[in-house]
Amino acid sequence: MRDYDVLVIGGGVVGSAVARELTRYRLKIGVLERESDVCTQTSGRNTGMLHAGFLYKPGTLKAKCAVEGNGEFDRVAKELDVPFRRTGKLIVGFTEEHRRRLLAMIERGRENGVPGMELIDRARMDEIDPSAGGNFAVFCPTSGILDPFLYTIALAENAVHNGADYHLYTNVTGAARLDDGRIVLNTNRGEFSARWVVNSAGLNSAVISEMLGIPGYRIQPIKGEYFVLDKKAGVFAKIPVYPAPTERNTFDTHATPTVDGNVLVGPNSFPVEDGEDYSVSRSGMNGLQESGAKMFRHMKREYYIRTFAGARPKRVDPQTGEIQDFLIERRDEVPGVINLVGIESPGLTSALPIARRAVRLIEEKERLIPNDAFDPVRRGIRRFHEASVSEKRQLVAENPDYGEIICRCETVTRAEILAAIHNPLGVTTVNGIKVRTRASMGRCQGGYCEMRITAMIREELGKAAEDVRLTNGRSFMFTGAVKGGEQA
Amino acid sequence: MTHVQAIVVGGGPAGLAAALRLREKGIEDILILERETLAGGILRQCIHDGFGLTRFGESLSGPEYAQRFIDRVAQEGIRCVADTTVLDISSDKTVTAVSRKRGLMQFQADAVLLTMGCRERTRGALAVPGTRPSGIYTAGVAQNYINLQNIMVGRETVIMGSGDIGLIMARRLTLEGAHVKGVYEVLPYPSGLPRNIEQCLNDYGIPLYLSHTVTEIRGRERLESVVVAQCDERFEPIAGTEEEIPCDTLILSVGLIPENELSLAAGVALDARTRGAFVDEHCQTNVPGVFAAGNVLHVHDLVDFVSLEAEQMAESAAEYLNAGSLPACCLEVKAGADIGHVIPQRISGTRDFTLSLRVRKPMRNVTLVLAQKDRTVKRVRLRKALPAEMIQLTVRKADLCEDADLEVYVE
Repeated sequence: MRDYDVLVIGGGVVGSAVARELTRYRLKIGVLERESDVCTQTSGRNTGMLHAGFLYKPGTLKAKCAVEGNGEFDRVAKELDVPFRRTGKLIVGFTEEHRRRLLAMIERGRENGVPGMELIDRARMDEIDPSAGGNFAVFCPTSGILDPFLYTIALAENAVHNGADYHLYTNVTGAARLDDGRIVLNTNRGEFSARWVVNSAGLNSAVISEMLGIPGYRIQPIKGEYFVLDKKAGVFAKIPVYPAPTERNTFDTHATPTVDGNVLVGPNSFPVEDGEDYSVSRSGMNGLQESGAKMFRHMKREYYIRTFAGARPKRVDPQTGEIQDFLIERRDEVPGVINLVGIESPGLTSALPIARRAVRLIEEKERLIPNDAFDPVRRGIRRFHEASVSEKRQLVAENPDYGEIICRCETVTRAEILAAIHNPLGVTTVNGIKVRTRASMGRCQGGYCEMRITAMIREELGKAAEDVRLTNGRSFMFTGAVKGGEQA
Repeated sequence: MTHVQAIVVGGGPAGLAAALRLREKGIEDILILERETLAGGILRQCIHDGFGLTRFGESLSGPEYAQRFIDRVAQEGIRCVADTTVLDISSDKTVTAVSRKRGLMQFQADAVLLTMGCRERTRGALAVPGTRPSGIYTAGVAQNYINLQNIMVGRETVIMGSGDIGLIMARRLTLEGAHVKGVYEVLPYPSGLPRNIEQCLNDYGIPLYLSHTVTEIRGRERLESVVVAQCDERFEPIAGTEEEIPCDTLILSVGLIPENELSLAAGVALDARTRGAFVDEHCQTNVPGVFAAGNVLHVHDLVDFVSLEAEQMAESAAEYLNAGSLPACCLEVKAGADIGHVIPQRISGTRDFTLSLRVRKPMRNVTLVLAQKDRTVKRVRLRKALPAEMIQLTVRKADLCEDADLEVYVE
């Protein structure tokens, strides 16, 4: 049995933020992540928005955490070396009904403490982004875009840097309590114990909550599908463009530039039974083509490079089905459990504010001793592509691996791939390299680099071909050598 | 910054042939930049035979075909810098490249010959519905793994699309003991060459399903099955015809796209039909001194024609380098009825030139017409015309006038 002070179940953006915030104290922290990496589920399957906080009911945790998280993100992005741009956002309308809703939204934003929102006309819209659809819009200056993979990875790496342990491929299957009150977690990789357990299991947070002794929550996954568009379309997308909120105060399909210069079109939004079914449907894609074109005038087939889907784990009232706020709780009758249930959008924006609230709940019960060695700074992999010509010259001169281009579309070098293969979390999948470097995220989708990356994984980590995985579980890529051949 | 007379971007079949012809035409200062360790381009992984029938009158494997050019390049002492990726080409013909040995390099070229070849269309570009498991490969990627790395990509295989590389891989996978369950082509006719249908599918009993496509991909980790369905004439799946086929591997052979990212950086204008550059009869793009030939210009069916086109380009490039400019090409070549695309898109009307084209649909006993205004330039009777096969014909200056666009159509 491996013993910890705190065990965090789920290494997504919230779990990793909790782990990172806990390393500010002298605690032994373990994170149990079921998958091959920290951003394979909800944390990596979203729009990558830094929300401003104008959509949520005043006084809710969603409103408070989003505004708090938004306000501090320039510092956070710098500290953790996360690609981030404060682009602002347009929420566009076509009809008088839309205008009414947009005005109500400005009012709500004001109540929540979102600064600078204003209603603007088409002329102003054209100044901001002529490719945006709509006749008028709300401009919100504080919204931004970030790389959700790298933010999650950065939090996790910073947690590891400050002493936390990450256990990948570790699925919690049960929980029990020892006589001294410590909680034992059973997993496919043996038993773990801790004084505190934080449930940040996302789509499975209700299941884990029940396992830990707090039954009665219900998670309704709301699925959304997306198109990823080529950077050739990205040159037209200056700012995220959202439609006016629906009657149910949610957003339909939007078009959002990514920090790397692509465009995301989506998501649609519909309830599903199985939140981990990430397939995209023909009908969904057809719908996105139509609704996406309303938001983004360059929504064209020739720009498609990929589709994906994600699910928002919404906590709903088990009786009425009504959507509820984030849940951040500690119950006296179930000591040692911090429960984070129904953390969905704006969870990316709210991850650190939620984490601080979770830490506070622990602090209310025991004195936490500051960790003087805590270092909030994490450095990412230096990107060749983003360097100037003279910097590139310097990089290659210092490290010849920067002179070997592995991913043609995104100009990712051998040096970056090597750094990603030897990442602090011990992730070994092809997808893990992808989200850390952008290799294979371009228009040829790995046609040039995948074979080089799999060869490097085999070489660097001493793996046989059949042990290389694309991503989770049994996602093997090769079945072995050719007839009578030796693997090259 | 180093000055170079002619930079050839890419040492595949087009680049090698172009460099050799430049040298034959007296150009001394030539530099081939090749991103791989060895020249030869995609031919290195094409270990099947059938290359060179037109050019050499014998059937060679891809590496054998390439080696004939590589040897001559070496004999001629033409510089070929390998392991070097071109990062940027500017419109003033500054070429920026990087390699681990030489670091970051910048060259000022008098002429740039674009011979970067093409890449494969992906699943993402088609937005094929379903999950994203492992086990999905484009045909060329699978070919690389099997032929160059000796590793097998899977066992129970479905092939989507009937492009030539997919057909070649159907046979290759079968020879390696994999089971190829079928080739599913959305069009009502094959995309690949008739000889490949015969030698790669029919000879091995692999079924080809026309007007069929993969409508869904299933499996969360490794591929578990695909759903295929019959398609109507608008390529939409017909409800009720779906069939689930268990498999662990899906090979995509759904089209090739000229790789023109560097061309775009140089300010080269592209034709939406070929997705390659607009060129004149000298293979010159809209940027003076920047030329393009081979699969970067338009996707060819046979490498023999790639070599030939690259040599014609090199002759023009040599003329450009020696004379400082080339005759203006003011007449447009227009793709008319049933013609998919034409190369070149502009001509002078004062010289012989080679016209390359593809038809839009399979046809039998038709007449291809070249006309300027109401005047017929040339009529060619074709017993069959297939989209899979590139059609080339020489047009004589004697047949052309200098004051009207040239229209190409099927009568």
